[in-house]
Amino acid sequence: MMPEKPHIDIDYVANLARLDLSDDEKAKLGTQLDDILGHFDKLSTVDVEGVEPMAHAHRVFNVWREGDEPGETYAPEVLTKMTPEQRDNQVVVPKVVE
Amino acid sequence: MSDLHFKTISELSALLAAGETTSVAITQSVIDRTAAVDDKVKAFLSTDADDALAQAKASDERRAAGNPLGPLDGIPIGIKDTLAVKDQPLRCASKMLENYVSPFDATCIVKLREAGAVIWGRLNMDEFAMGSSTENSAYQTTANPWDLDTIPGGSSGGSAAAMAAGEAIATLGTDTGGSIRQPAALCGVVGMKPTYGLISRYGLVAFASSLDQVGPFTRTVEDAAILMQAMLGKDPLDSTSIAPQGETNYSEALKEKKGPWKLGVPREFFGEGIDPEVKANIEKAIDWYKSQGCEIVDISLPHSELAVPVYYIVATAEASSNLARFDGVRYTHRSEEAKDALTLFTKSRGEGFGDEVKRRIILGTYVLSSGYYDAYYLRAQKVRRLILGDFETAFEQVDAILTPTSPTPAFKRGERSDDPLAMYLSDIYTISVNLAGLPAISVPSGFTESGLPIGLQVIGKAFGEADMFAVANAFEKAHDYAQQTPKL
Repeated sequence: MMPEKPHIDIDYVANLARLDLSDDEKAKLGTQLDDILGHFDKLSTVDVEGVEPMAHAHRVFNVWREGDEPGETYAPEVLTKMTPEQRDNQVVVPKVVE
Repeated sequence: MSDLHFKTISELSALLAAGETTSVAITQSVIDRTAAVDDKVKAFLSTDADDALAQAKASDERRAAGNPLGPLDGIPIGIKDTLAVKDQPLRCASKMLENYVSPFDATCIVKLREAGAVIWGRLNMDEFAMGSSTENSAYQTTANPWDLDTIPGGSSGGSAAAMAAGEAIATLGTDTGGSIRQPAALCGVVGMKPTYGLISRYGLVAFASSLDQVGPFTRTVEDAAILMQAMLGKDPLDSTSIAPQGETNYSEALKEKKGPWKLGVPREFFGEGIDPEVKANIEKAIDWYKSQGCEIVDISLPHSELAVPVYYIVATAEASSNLARFDGVRYTHRSEEAKDALTLFTKSRGEGFGDEVKRRIILGTYVLSSGYYDAYYLRAQKVRRLILGDFETAFEQVDAILTPTSPTPAFKRGERSDDPLAMYLSDIYTISVNLAGLPAISVPSGFTESGLPIGLQVIGKAFGEADMFAVANAFEKAHDYAQQTPKL
């Protein structure tokens, strides 16, 4: 069942989402999202016993790739050109290991 | 109305075939019109007149050599900023993709090019297609050409406003919860969302993958049929695309199918929250169908009131996952404060995304998180099936369903900016269609006393586009609403 009074722990969820939020944003979002979750409470009134969850509009099952032919691809320069920082056709990021 | 830029695809295609105009003349007319009015409307994020004219010139040369490609050859079509066009910016109206230029064409763009269309400009939208007013663009807000103080609807607001203002002959948008049909209604043009899977999503920046579809904005139903025929088809690059079923020669179907039809009217769509002028307008449209011999059937879609919560759970859950790719590493904004792996992600995302996108990422992450998944996401997926079941039951007795497209006409800019729930409720008549994967079209059905457009939504069966187009076409041809243009 839904929690009694829906409330989002913004710090916890923002960390899961890898999203930096200012204190103002947290305060504003927190109130708005609790209101929105309140509106979602309606869902708990429906009987869904035995209903199969629906993830897709059509009844599709496994999709096999038909042949995997080698084809044309992009030159490395084309793709690395999009990155914020690159060197020798590689993507440069800040140091990630100690 | 003698201006080329306010003509339809079918009219222009006839003029081109008769040698009475050229693609360069049409394209120049659209370019000039855009230069004259876009300061007020702000539909376009960017345009590339030289590129459009070069495509137009190539079209005229094909035609002169005796090899025209069909009704779309030489027709300028504006593109929403969420669809990839080779060598053009693809920013999704977000700071996150400020410097991104697409190295490839989306499949729908490839198909339009194969049909000879002139690909024209990048149209404004709500950031990452999240919104119902186009006020969530990181770059500019678009005005409704019928009243510049009101919103054009969203998220494809630029695509709808450009049509109403004569800045393109047709445009493409995307529809996840009503993002084509609602702005089409609010701007007085035709907007159509196909059956899920009919058009490839390859090259469409993903928001909610189980709901997103590409679709056309046009001046007439006939034009929408022409564009759909050119774009549909299974694509090896999108495993959710589906081989067309049933009748797909829509232009032919429009000529042959004359009704009368059995049309369902869901009583739940005329209750609380609907503007009285919209209600009276849609009831009048229903009476018109009745006067033409159609049988109007009172139907019930009992789970309709749950569509908004189900949609905002499913769509935000999918969005939180899809938008994880915008991480500051590859093609996105990177924060100057990024010092290590974690701040590279958190700071870049915190700076790159706008308020509504952040709101939806947080909501989507929450409904998927441990302890809440069953109560929200899993339950929403189950209710989604009940919503589909409502439509399946209704379609056992009717050929199509008639509803308002939007509960209200265009509202004032800024009016709902701080009330996300009120904004979410403006999609109340369109989102259940996405949840069920059905096709639907909005056609102009008249104006309010203050001169704002109203739209009638025709919902079809899955892959029932031919009948849906025919039902919508009959109404449009018998009225002159679609031919009216705003004074700018």
